[in-house]
Amino acid sequence: MSQTVQQPAPASEVVILPTTVVTSWKAPIAFAAFTLGALALAVFVPREGVTTFRLSTPSDVIQLPELSAPSLATLWVIVALLVLATAYSISLVATKRRVPLWLIVVFAILFMVGFLTWAAAGSTIPVIGLLFGTLSLAVPLIFGSLSGVIGERVGVVNIAIEGQLLAGAFTAAIVASVTGQVLLGLVAAMIAGMLVGMVLAVFSIKYFVDQVIVGVVLNVLIIGLTSFFYSQVLTPNAALLNNTAQRFDRLPIPVLSEIPIIGPVLFRQTLVVYLMYLAVALVFFGLFYTRWGLRLRAVGEHPQAADTVGINVNRTRFWNVALAGSIAGLGGTFFTIGSGIAFNKEMTAGAGFIALAAVIFGQWDPIKATLAALLFGFAQNLQNQLSVIGSPVPSEFMLMLPYVVTIFAVAGVVGKVRGPAAAGKPYIKS
Amino acid sequence: MKLELRGITKRFGSLVANDHIDLTVEAGEIHALLGENGAGKSTLMNVLYGLYQADSGEVLLDGEVQHFAGPGDAMAAGIGMVHQHFMLIPVFTVAENVMLGHESTKAGGVLDLPTARAKVREISQRFGFHVDPDALVDDLPVGVQQRVEIIKALSRDARVLVFDEPTAVLTPQETDELMGIMRQLKQSGTSIVFITHKLREVREVADRITVIRLGKVVGEAAPTATNAELASLMVGRAVELRVHKEEPKLGDPALVVEGLTVIDPVGHLVVNDVSFTVRRGEILAVAGVQGNGQTELTEALVGLQPRVRGSISLDGIELSTASVRKILDAGVGFVPEDRTEDGLIGEFTIAENLMLDRSEGAPFIRAGSIQRGVLDDFAREKVAEFDVRTQGIDEKVRQLSGGNQQKVVLARELSRELRLLVAAQPTRGVDVGSIEFIHKRIVEARDSGVPVVVVSTELDEVTALADRIMVMYRGRIVGIVPGNTPRDVLGLMMAGEVPAEGAAA
Repeated sequence: MSQTVQQPAPASEVVILPTTVVTSWKAPIAFAAFTLGALALAVFVPREGVTTFRLSTPSDVIQLPELSAPSLATLWVIVALLVLATAYSISLVATKRRVPLWLIVVFAILFMVGFLTWAAAGSTIPVIGLLFGTLSLAVPLIFGSLSGVIGERVGVVNIAIEGQLLAGAFTAAIVASVTGQVLLGLVAAMIAGMLVGMVLAVFSIKYFVDQVIVGVVLNVLIIGLTSFFYSQVLTPNAALLNNTAQRFDRLPIPVLSEIPIIGPVLFRQTLVVYLMYLAVALVFFGLFYTRWGLRLRAVGEHPQAADTVGINVNRTRFWNVALAGSIAGLGGTFFTIGSGIAFNKEMTAGAGFIALAAVIFGQWDPIKATLAALLFGFAQNLQNQLSVIGSPVPSEFMLMLPYVVTIFAVAGVVGKVRGPAAAGKPYIKS
Repeated sequence: MKLELRGITKRFGSLVANDHIDLTVEAGEIHALLGENGAGKSTLMNVLYGLYQADSGEVLLDGEVQHFAGPGDAMAAGIGMVHQHFMLIPVFTVAENVMLGHESTKAGGVLDLPTARAKVREISQRFGFHVDPDALVDDLPVGVQQRVEIIKALSRDARVLVFDEPTAVLTPQETDELMGIMRQLKQSGTSIVFITHKLREVREVADRITVIRLGKVVGEAAPTATNAELASLMVGRAVELRVHKEEPKLGDPALVVEGLTVIDPVGHLVVNDVSFTVRRGEILAVAGVQGNGQTELTEALVGLQPRVRGSISLDGIELSTASVRKILDAGVGFVPEDRTEDGLIGEFTIAENLMLDRSEGAPFIRAGSIQRGVLDDFAREKVAEFDVRTQGIDEKVRQLSGGNQQKVVLARELSRELRLLVAAQPTRGVDVGSIEFIHKRIVEARDSGVPVVVVSTELDEVTALADRIMVMYRGRIVGIVPGNTPRDVLGLMMAGEVPAEGAAA
């Protein structure tokens, strides 16, 4: 008989149950696998030579020296560090403790440096270019994930991000080409994204159609529509409807753009990227510190509770899904006028789905989702850079990289965090 | 404020939930609305609160006809509601929940949290609540969550306050405190509508009582009426409120649980080092306020919890590491807490539901196909035996009333050769008539020599059925006491207080 004397708690006390640590061997096993991978590179495919990391661009005011390291020796040092980190993680889990996030981050960075040193043996890695490209490629993912965060937080799963991005890219290209005004193209893209969002909202909120199905159908619809117009209308009239004369120019911000490393990466970008910084900050602040955000989250968590305090659930959902659509549409401009590229069939290539993964990996938080999108952007850009350097890894394998990272990232986080309770569920009043 | 409802009628399809209901609540009066589950009390209040639109009839406040398009209008008119299922957002703080819908903001829609906190503190102090405005609602005990609901209503200057089954989730002590709060509110001039099916509470606090049955007002009563009078008004016939049972014929220890610990995904010890024994022919009732580990305990007994330490043995067979199939084959019958979620498949027929746990082979399955004839005979027999009121064995279970659904679960579980019966909340949401029946069957199972574990949050049920009572608090056993232990002692134990003299098991 186990009995413990316990004092009755005063009613206002927060219930705290005794806890134990639920240990997971996921991290040590993953660490060990990556460490073995690095070891295998060092043993079976050793690459001699010197790897150079270039930290400045030629136009920088402040020039940082290049870093050079002997490839194989560096890789061996890193393998040793990885072994240490793995051993530490095993000892943590064996003694019923959790593997802290910093260890995972340190491990990932070490592994990345080791891999880059190996892959670029005998050549130079432009660090600035790597990071700049990361940010650029992450732009549509970040806009898309903000759209997803708003949608799910208000209770509507936005699978149609892909379609919204594509609609934005398409509309921006045409409107900017015809009018000669990039800003009009931008506004048109937002409207296009919003319209896609509204269709999703009407079907899922008013007619209770399964949100995932409506989203998937919308994606297919937009792909079909834009591909049709591309081949039948845009291609024959490319000079008028789909030219590359209209594009956002880079706007270096004085002073800030001269900070070593950070400056060239963050502050020599286009208006679309600066709008992205603003959007992330606004969505984060709005969600957690304003009436708009409080009501939005209430509707996504417990719509009936929101209803009983006089909030119109379906109206709140409708307009916020429309807003989310316009944000994704804005992100779509990156593909065409944001980068000075003509519209092409299915040019978003699954970015909307990766953005959706970023939403979940980012735990429905705008800042974390942005970081997740940056990670995916990095994976994508790494593949570009390595094929330029001419790394020994087959390019087909490198093309898989962004998607492999996505799967592992999402698998690692699923089950740990709870999303908005009412996401995906229509609110039906009797 | 004086509240009048005149001729309220509300239909859902062919079902008339409210049939010309008239109700008058004077200012500063506690008016109890008494009725069984499904009598139409909650529907009536949802009409009052603007959540439903009445098909006919009108709502008057101080003599003026009101038209509520939604809860917002009702609140603006001074009606507040403390819902049975709290309308609180678990991931928000108390202050955020209280301000939601009428937020005070600074420029640009930025939330003014200091004002909201001050409001929470001011109302808390007025009524002697101790509620931290910055606590997350999810972390608060249900009793405190209810106070947050009350604060929420009062912060909108409610002058008619509706309490919908407020005591269902409270300990006896918390219930007493709530009664005190209601009296305090009444003194400050608030009109109160108190919806319940518990007779004791009505008689204690109400000024007037209106009884509803099957959507109609069937009578008014004074608080001086006896339990028996109120019960027969409520049910429509004389009701046996007590369970007849003989002294238990105790056999050998059958279920022996030692050092059982259940860990939830986050690492909380939701059941913490629990040990007890149930003998053949004995009912052990597990009492406690909802959420103190009883759900997890019963689930662990039938193998539904993934992280379990300690040992569970039934007649010498170790079950803590066995699969659910093995546990069922060992003769464990399980009546789950939430029948619609875990006990039945709503879209399946009664017959199909009756064979759910016996889809492995004979007699219902031969050569991979269902033996419809055998199943139908079996189902007809069980429907008759368990008095399931239905149009036939091919009716979908979803269409049955709560009491009849529970009888189907019970019929399935009791029709196997049992060596242990685990029943969680066997009469929750069940009409009084079916409660009598279900209690009788559980006692019969005991008398046939089956050890029985009954989990209930209703003290009445616990004391009616138990040979011994085990009280749980925060995942631990507070004590195991005889079945005739007085209610007030049990109440204290449910709040975690160990009884003074050594509680022997």
